[in-house]
Amino acid sequence: MNQEQFMRQYEPVWLELESILNPSGRRRRARGAGERIGDLPNLYRQACHHLALGRSRGYSPVLVRRLEHLVGGAQRLMYPPGRLSRSRIKRFLTTGFPAEVRANRSLVLLSALLFFVPLSLAFVAAHRDGAVIHAVMDADSVERFEQMYATPEGERVDPQMEGQSDFFMFGYYIRNNTGIGFQTFAGGLIFGIGAVFFLVLNGFIIGAVAGHITGIGQGDAFWAFVAGHSALELSAIVLCGSAGLRLGHALIAPGRESRLLALRRNARPAGRIVAGAAVMFLLAAFVEAFWSPRPWPDPLVKIVAGLGMWALVGLYFSRAGRDDAA
Amino acid sequence: MSLPLDEVLDTVRRVESPEGVDLSLTPAGPVPRAFAWAVDTLIRLLLYAVFGIALGILLPEDFATGLFLIILFAVEWFYYVLFEVLRDGTTPGKSAMGLRAVHDDATPIGWSASLLRNLLRVADFLPALYGTGLVAMLLSRDFRRLGDQVAGTLVVYTDERPAKLAEVRARPHPPRLALTLDEQQSLLAFGERSASLTQERNAELAALAGPVTGQTGGRPEETLDQVLGVSAWIMGAR
Repeated sequence: MNQEQFMRQYEPVWLELESILNPSGRRRRARGAGERIGDLPNLYRQACHHLALGRSRGYSPVLVRRLEHLVGGAQRLMYPPGRLSRSRIKRFLTTGFPAEVRANRSLVLLSALLFFVPLSLAFVAAHRDGAVIHAVMDADSVERFEQMYATPEGERVDPQMEGQSDFFMFGYYIRNNTGIGFQTFAGGLIFGIGAVFFLVLNGFIIGAVAGHITGIGQGDAFWAFVAGHSALELSAIVLCGSAGLRLGHALIAPGRESRLLALRRNARPAGRIVAGAAVMFLLAAFVEAFWSPRPWPDPLVKIVAGLGMWALVGLYFSRAGRDDAA
Repeated sequence: MSLPLDEVLDTVRRVESPEGVDLSLTPAGPVPRAFAWAVDTLIRLLLYAVFGIALGILLPEDFATGLFLIILFAVEWFYYVLFEVLRDGTTPGKSAMGLRAVHDDATPIGWSASLLRNLLRVADFLPALYGTGLVAMLLSRDFRRLGDQVAGTLVVYTDERPAKLAEVRARPHPPRLALTLDEQQSLLAFGERSASLTQERNAELAALAGPVTGQTGGRPEETLDQVLGVSAWIMGAR
C-alpha cells in the first residue's frame, strides 16, 4: 500500500483520535473526552499499529511525526498518573506509612541513636555547665530561650518571638520544622552524610537547650511546654533521618545492584516515609502552636498528656496497619 | 545490536510502550532548563509579593504573617510538585521553554516521582545554583540531575503539533533508478522540506538528486520540478 492510499484509508481514525485529544469548543479536555473516552483504547492501539507500519514502510517523515504525536498524546491519556484520592490518602496513613516505617526498622533505630545520643550528651553537659550552651548558639538566642520559659506561674509561655500570636507560631513551626525534615532527607543523597549531619546537629542543639533551661531552674515551664508536641516532632525528625539514611545506605552498600539501581529502588519507600513524616510535622506544629503555650492545664497534666502522645505514637507505629489474621 | 542513527547522533531516546511501539523523547539540556528555572523562580517571588501584600491588607498582622509563612512553605516545597502533576508535567517556566517532566517510560509524571525529584532539588542545588545537578546532568546520557535519576524521570521537549503535509504541486513522475528505502525516504523528506528552503538551496539539492530523474544537464528549475515529481510519486501520487 503506498502512502496516499494508507493516509486515505486511516485518516478517519486519526481525525477521531485527534478530536478526543483536543476537544474543540470551550469544554475542558477531561469533560469533552469523557463522553467518548471509551473509544480511546481501540483508537490508540490502531494508531500504534499505524505508526509501526509507517515506520517500517518508510513513509514520509511528516506523516510518521504526526502519528508519533498522536500516539504520544493518546498514551498520556491512556496512562494517567495515579490520583491523590481520599481513599488513597487514608490507606497510606492507616496502613502504608506505619508498615513502611516497620519495614525500615533498623535504619529508624540507627537514626534514633544518631539523634538521641548527641541529645542526651548535650543535655547532661549543658545541665552541668551553664557555658556549654554557648558552644551551639549565639548569646541572643540563649537569652531569648531563657526569657521564654521565665514565665510567672499561670501565664502563657511566649515562645521565642515576643507577643506573636499562636497562628503566627503555627506558620513558623510548619515552615521551619518541616523544612529541616526535608533537608535531612535530601542530605542523605550525599552518601548519607547530610542526614547524619542534620540529625546530630539538631540533637545537640535540642539537648543543649533542654539541659541549659533545666539547669537554670526553669525546667517546669520548659517540660510542660515541650511535652505535648515532642512525640510527634522528634519522631518525625528521626523518620526523615531514617529516610535519608536509606538513600545513603543504597549508595554506600548497593549490594548486587548498581548504585543507581539500588538508589532508585530505595527512593520510593524513603519518599513515602518523608511524606508521612511531613504529616506528623504538621500535627506537631498544630499542637506546639495551640496547645503547648496554654497556661491553664497544670504542668503535670501537660506532661502526662505528652507521655500519652508518646504512647500513642508508639502504638501507631507498632500496631497500625498490621494484618493480624495473617 | 546497533542503535538507530538518531540515537547515536542526536539526544533522542526511544522508549517502548506496552503496545510494542517506540515513542521518542528528546531530553532537554541544562540551558533551557536553567531558563525554565529562572522563570519559575521569578513567578515564585511574584507569588510571595502578591500574597504578602494581599494578606497584609486583608488580615490582622500576626495572622497574616502566620498564613504567609505557611504559603511560603507550600510554595517553596510544593510549587513544582503541584504544577507537574496537575498540569501534565509542566510548570509555567517549563511550558515557557517548551519542556515537560515525564517518567522515563514516557508516561505522565505522578505524585511520588514528582515529590521525590523536587525534594531532592536541595541536594542538586549544592554547593550553589545547581552545581551538583549540572555535573550530574553532564555525566548522564539524558541530562538527568540527581533528583531525576533517583525518581526515574526525564525533562523532555514537548513535541509540537506537526505541520500539515505540504500540498504536492509537482507532476508525479516515476524514478528512473531502483531506489533503496533510505533513498526513498531522503527524497520524501526533501519533497516535504522544499517549500521552506531558498531557491538556491533547492536547486543545489535537486542537482545532487538529479540522477533519479534519468536526465542530466537540464535547467535547475526543471531538475527541481522533476525531483519533486519523483518525491510525489514515492508518496503515492499518480
